[in-house]
Amino acid sequence: MIPSPVFAAVHVIPDPPLPLWTFLISTVIKMIVVFTVYMVGVAMLTLAERKISAWIQGRLGPNRVGGTLGLLQPAADGVKNFMKEETLPAHVNKPLFVLAPMMAFIPALMAAAVIPFGAPWDSRWGRIPMVIADLPVGFLFILAITSLGVYGIVLAGWSSNNKYALLGGLRSSAQMISYEIAMGMSLIPVLLLAGNVTLNAIIDQQASMHIWNVLTLTISFFIFMVAAFAETNRLPFDLPEAESELIAGYHTEYSAMKFSMFPISEYANMATSSALMATLFFGGWDIPFTKQDNTTGVGFVMLLLSIAIFAVKTGFFLFVFIWIRWTLPRFRYDQLMSLGWKTMLPLALAYIVIVAAMLLGLDYLGLQRGFWYGVAMLGVNAVLVGIVFFVLDRGRVISPAYGRATPQQISRLRAVTTARSHLSPQSGD
Amino acid sequence: MAINVKVVQRPVDDVSYVRATLKGMARTFKHLIDPHKWTTQYPEQKEEISKRWRGTHRMLTTETGKAKCVACGLCPTVCPSNCIKLVPGEDEQGNRYPLVFEIDEFRCIFCGYCQEVCPEEAIHVGRHYENSEYSREGFVYDLERLTAQTHPVCEMWDPADPKGE
Repeated sequence: MIPSPVFAAVHVIPDPPLPLWTFLISTVIKMIVVFTVYMVGVAMLTLAERKISAWIQGRLGPNRVGGTLGLLQPAADGVKNFMKEETLPAHVNKPLFVLAPMMAFIPALMAAAVIPFGAPWDSRWGRIPMVIADLPVGFLFILAITSLGVYGIVLAGWSSNNKYALLGGLRSSAQMISYEIAMGMSLIPVLLLAGNVTLNAIIDQQASMHIWNVLTLTISFFIFMVAAFAETNRLPFDLPEAESELIAGYHTEYSAMKFSMFPISEYANMATSSALMATLFFGGWDIPFTKQDNTTGVGFVMLLLSIAIFAVKTGFFLFVFIWIRWTLPRFRYDQLMSLGWKTMLPLALAYIVIVAAMLLGLDYLGLQRGFWYGVAMLGVNAVLVGIVFFVLDRGRVISPAYGRATPQQISRLRAVTTARSHLSPQSGD
Repeated sequence: MAINVKVVQRPVDDVSYVRATLKGMARTFKHLIDPHKWTTQYPEQKEEISKRWRGTHRMLTTETGKAKCVACGLCPTVCPSNCIKLVPGEDEQGNRYPLVFEIDEFRCIFCGYCQEVCPEEAIHVGRHYENSEYSREGFVYDLERLTAQTHPVCEMWDPADPKGE
């Protein structure tokens, strides 16, 4: 009845397996390169954060170490953090206190393993995929691993035996669990469109349609971006840290390198989220405006170009992360929960239904998955975006978690207080 | 909802989230690319301080290099933070001079009363602010140190316009 079922939309032909030694050597090289680039990138991100915040506030930023751009500032910070005293307060739960920074740090790095950072390279040793681990469940792996990061934060808050740290940890767990759902739900339309959970297949689908998912699935992108901010504990959702309320939140009791692990993992999470946004919604390493079919392997020059394109896209989102941080104030806790459960989740669910219906309808009309399919989706999407942003922009969508009390409720509550007033004579109404 | 929590009815039609966010981001981006920054690169570049700046003390000297102070005792009397220690002495001619004259820069509140009250225009507060020491004792400036200061002194008032007109 339906000409082409949704899940048979994209046929991914698996590449022939590489010889063992080629596989091993190429994987080790990729691991070393990616790890190095990632760690240096994270270090540079701390500098970028300070520089951009300075420029936004009309300051110059760090410029004393390593030229006007302060390029050696991360190194100086690193040395400082290693030289500092490691405090281990007497009241902490020692095993968990030591474990927590690692628990935050490791998942943040692990997710980088499955994100493709370049087009498959047709080298003289065979076609080498530009991803460390080309997992068939790539995308689900990322969702699973990134949500493990919350354990580090919760354990840090719990083991510190400090009320502010505990509050930070609690907030973080509540926040991450709430937004995890919206984040997962927002990605289902992407999967529906790609028909596959491999990240390379999602990129192939965007490349072969010549239209990126951000145009066809804008609301998904919007929800994913908001959820990514919440997942990485960045402003405007940095409630676990919340300097003005909780001192430093979950890492109040930490010092030196153990403390440094938390910011590093935050930046690593940011990099992963940015790479994910670039991959899922902006075509990953797909070079824009080229009709060349990227699904097959490419030569060395094109490989470097695709890696550069991926880096630019990721860098743009990293910039957006920092830019937003220095623009928006922090949400109140109930507003955060309200936004997550009452806006993001229903919106994501409704969007899944709409996109599924849309795909079914377009398939039924016999439209081939290609550019015009994307254009048709773009048309429907534009209308939806218009409606959503019009409604979201007006009214009390992100208002307090409680509604306005009716006069009846207020009079009932008043009656309760009067009845109890003999217990506490001071509290006159 | 707890009772007595006042819920303000927001102007629903005027409330904006998306537009306001975008507006804010445009504003910060404008500042980001604005080449004009307000930072003063401090140790290399210093901002001009006022002529009436009251900072580190300085004891003026006569042509012979002696402190102008006659140990009249007015400045320790007027000092509200009690930071001036003065022990008067007298030489063979009967001229009074300070045997000990110490100012504790930590106690001082830099009100400048000592300069105002001084009949000999000896003690002054100066247009200088960079004093750092390795110990607290280092902040007790003795007479030798006060006379050795070279920075310009505070002009409590404009000599050309003493009444402030």
